[in-house]
Amino acid sequence: MTVALHIQGLRKSFGGVMAVDDVSTHVAPGECVALIGPNGAGKTTLINLISGLIKQDGGSIHLHDTAIHHLPAHRRIRHGLSRTFQITAPYHRLTVRMNMAITLAAQQTGATWRWSGSWPASIDAAADAWLTRLDLQSHADDLAGTLAYGDQKRLELGLALATEPTLLLLDEPMAGVSHEDRSSLMTQAKAVLEQDKPGAILFTEHDMATVFSHADRILVLDQGRLIAADTPEKIANNDQVQRIYLGQSGASHMVGAG
Amino acid sequence: MEFYLLQGLTGLASAASLFLMAAGLTIIFGVARVVNFAHGSFYMLGAYIGYSVSAWLMASPLGDTLGFWLALPITAILVGLMGAGFEMAVLRRLYHGPELLPLLSTFALVLVIQDVTRTAWGPEELLGPRAPGLDGSIRLLGGRIPEYDLFLMALAVAVLAGLWWLFHRTRFGILLRAATDDRQMLAALGVDQKRLFTLTFFLGASLAGLAGALQLPRSTANLEMDLALIAEVFVIVVIGGLGSIFGAFLAAILVGLIQAFGLLFFPTMTLVVIFLTMAVVLAVRPHGLLGRSLPMTAAANHILPPWQPHRHGRLLTGIALFLLAAPLYASPYLISVLAEFWVLALFASSLYLLMGTGSLVSFGHAALFGTGAYALAFINIWPVLGHHGWWLGIIAGVVGGAMMGAMIGGFAAKRQGVYLAMLTLAAAQILWSISVQWLAVTGGDNGILGLWLPDALRPAETVYTVITGICLIGLALVRRVDRSAFSLSVRAIADAPGRALVSGLHPWPKHVLLFALSGAIAGLAGALHALLKGSVFPNDLSIPLSVDALAMVLLGGMGHVMGPIVGAAVFFGIKVSFSAVDYWRFILGALLIITCVAAPGGITGWFQNLYALRAQRRASLSKSRPRNQSQTQKTPQTERHPYKNLKRAP
Repeated sequence: MTVALHIQGLRKSFGGVMAVDDVSTHVAPGECVALIGPNGAGKTTLINLISGLIKQDGGSIHLHDTAIHHLPAHRRIRHGLSRTFQITAPYHRLTVRMNMAITLAAQQTGATWRWSGSWPASIDAAADAWLTRLDLQSHADDLAGTLAYGDQKRLELGLALATEPTLLLLDEPMAGVSHEDRSSLMTQAKAVLEQDKPGAILFTEHDMATVFSHADRILVLDQGRLIAADTPEKIANNDQVQRIYLGQSGASHMVGAG
Repeated sequence: MEFYLLQGLTGLASAASLFLMAAGLTIIFGVARVVNFAHGSFYMLGAYIGYSVSAWLMASPLGDTLGFWLALPITAILVGLMGAGFEMAVLRRLYHGPELLPLLSTFALVLVIQDVTRTAWGPEELLGPRAPGLDGSIRLLGGRIPEYDLFLMALAVAVLAGLWWLFHRTRFGILLRAATDDRQMLAALGVDQKRLFTLTFFLGASLAGLAGALQLPRSTANLEMDLALIAEVFVIVVIGGLGSIFGAFLAAILVGLIQAFGLLFFPTMTLVVIFLTMAVVLAVRPHGLLGRSLPMTAAANHILPPWQPHRHGRLLTGIALFLLAAPLYASPYLISVLAEFWVLALFASSLYLLMGTGSLVSFGHAALFGTGAYALAFINIWPVLGHHGWWLGIIAGVVGGAMMGAMIGGFAAKRQGVYLAMLTLAAAQILWSISVQWLAVTGGDNGILGLWLPDALRPAETVYTVITGICLIGLALVRRVDRSAFSLSVRAIADAPGRALVSGLHPWPKHVLLFALSGAIAGLAGALHALLKGSVFPNDLSIPLSVDALAMVLLGGMGHVMGPIVGAAVFFGIKVSFSAVDYWRFILGALLIITCVAAPGGITGWFQNLYALRAQRRASLSKSRPRNQSQTQKTPQTERHPYKNLKRAP
């Protein structure tokens, strides 16, 4: 069976702290998987390991049967990986359109090395199409750094999607987003992903409503260890998860949401 | 065997005063995150003030012994007060801006202190007093070692112990350590940072002042002290780990010993060995021997204005052509000044390419300039080439500069921020020491003379036209690069390195190319400068020239391709107009400090802000009129939720 992401025995320690401790799991194509756990459980570390921003101490990461754990971050993108950051980081000195254009250009060999002051016409057109899709066309000529936080998040999601990922990693996509805006991120992101080839999503999130309404499966991390990986219903009724992470009130919330 | 031990002791003695300086520098960096270029100037002030205070006290009823030993702490306190004063008057206003501003304001302070010292004490070297009570030497291991050297070593250990006590046993020291770890957290806990930073500068500057005063019995006080030592002290601080006092102590011993034994084994290579040591240490331990990765301030680039398409192309071409025709209307003197200006503008523009587009700060940009100059010289003095020597030399300068740029960049661009800057400085110092010490090839301090243009190009007007024409081609090239798609992606990398990486943009090869391009331009400037002057000297690779380049870029502004040209014009204008009165450095330094505080975007940045404000005012005026069509068509604010409106592609 070919899987979107396959992790085997992944380990990473900072000093004496095991941030990610022997984690093995997989994500199927088209699947939407949530990664939850208390603060400091190792969620962001795991995302950083998969995207290659930090180097693992041991273990392997495969993307569609290709080993990527030895590749630098920028090479992993070529294998269909993409991500957003917990704190948004668009290219703040450039306009929104240029943010999009550079990301698209980075997917083509040589486009970011050009002497010419303009992008190939195909890139300009594609950038505008993306801005329309993200509903950012009215901000196309604004500097990314001056956008409202919600718009920056949307731009960042667009930048991540523009690399045409088969696996999209979202690090707390809802953090800092107001409550009424949280409704339909996953369905929308999934809609974009499903266009060409089925894309999978792995996301970390603290907002349980988002997790339980969108995740096909939930992975629970605690102190670097993967303690459960199951469907939302089963996770909601898992005693261990309730005890170490959610507490009583969380569990009732889960049952209601699930 | 004894001989080596003695040599080692001599090395330790110089390590002692290096440590005093390095400790101050590393404390200032650790707490305030400021690379204090003026640290050497505090050291120099220490020597001069120590000279005057000790002379005064020794002549007073206190007598020689008491007078001398009392002069040391008094000098340290006086210099410390000056450091604190600078922090309160200038630096305090710059912490929230880009990292570069505090650094450049300390550059400016170097210039100011240079001229103040020259005015107050005169240009001659001053011979200080012998240390009363310690002016003899003792027999040791079959040789003689000055008592004063032993005293210095003991003092260094005492200062280390004192600093340890201060940092671990006093509330002030504990706060300093906390500030080194996390400034914002400390501020959030209600600690008054202003006072903490001022006291830090007092402490750091007084240590440098003490080191300067202590140097008096060993050598003279002179005006070259400030920059002569600063590079070595930087090396020590970097090897030890930025912010680590004990690391500085170990590194000072290491460097002191390398100096002492280097003189025995490879006397012409000591400087090179020291900088190579630093490069090796950084390659193995990226944060130095005992350093940790320190969080830098968040606001790295926010003052850099956004990228804008270039305008006024025709106007600029017109001005350039007008100046190109200067021989038709200007005096020969003015023409020669103008030619030098163009070369400087080209040099500054090459640094702008690194700093303005890539946010890569180079402390050693003279390395690329000098490489071009020496490359031209090596080709030009080859008689076989005849009258082709000049243009072949220029090509060699460009190619040499590009290759050197790629080499330095390939190495330095693996690191960021201060470490990158320090590695470029190290590279420049290695090249500089080669040019000074490898007499057979470079002629050492005598340089290479007799570079020439063929007779057909000899008349001053022709020289001007040729040099200016080539400079203009170079500047046009800089402008071309600045507005290329390549430069946009380099800016993107500087803006959000993490985002760029996960979008598939690999910074390193782009930065290496940027260094190579910058090196080609700087090399061209160096080669032209050498042709213009007819000679090359180690000065073409020295720190003061790197500082000049930084000053020009800062003065003009990093946010616009015209910045370095404007900066070079102001810089060179001041230098030429005031060189007769001999305190042009003071004026330039003062102007730089004012720029840092009042116009952090430089002169062009100031104008850009002005335009932006005016555009805003115009926009707000038009808004108050009845709504026009485009505004009513705009999506209402309430519908623009994040993610919500992601649409399927048609």
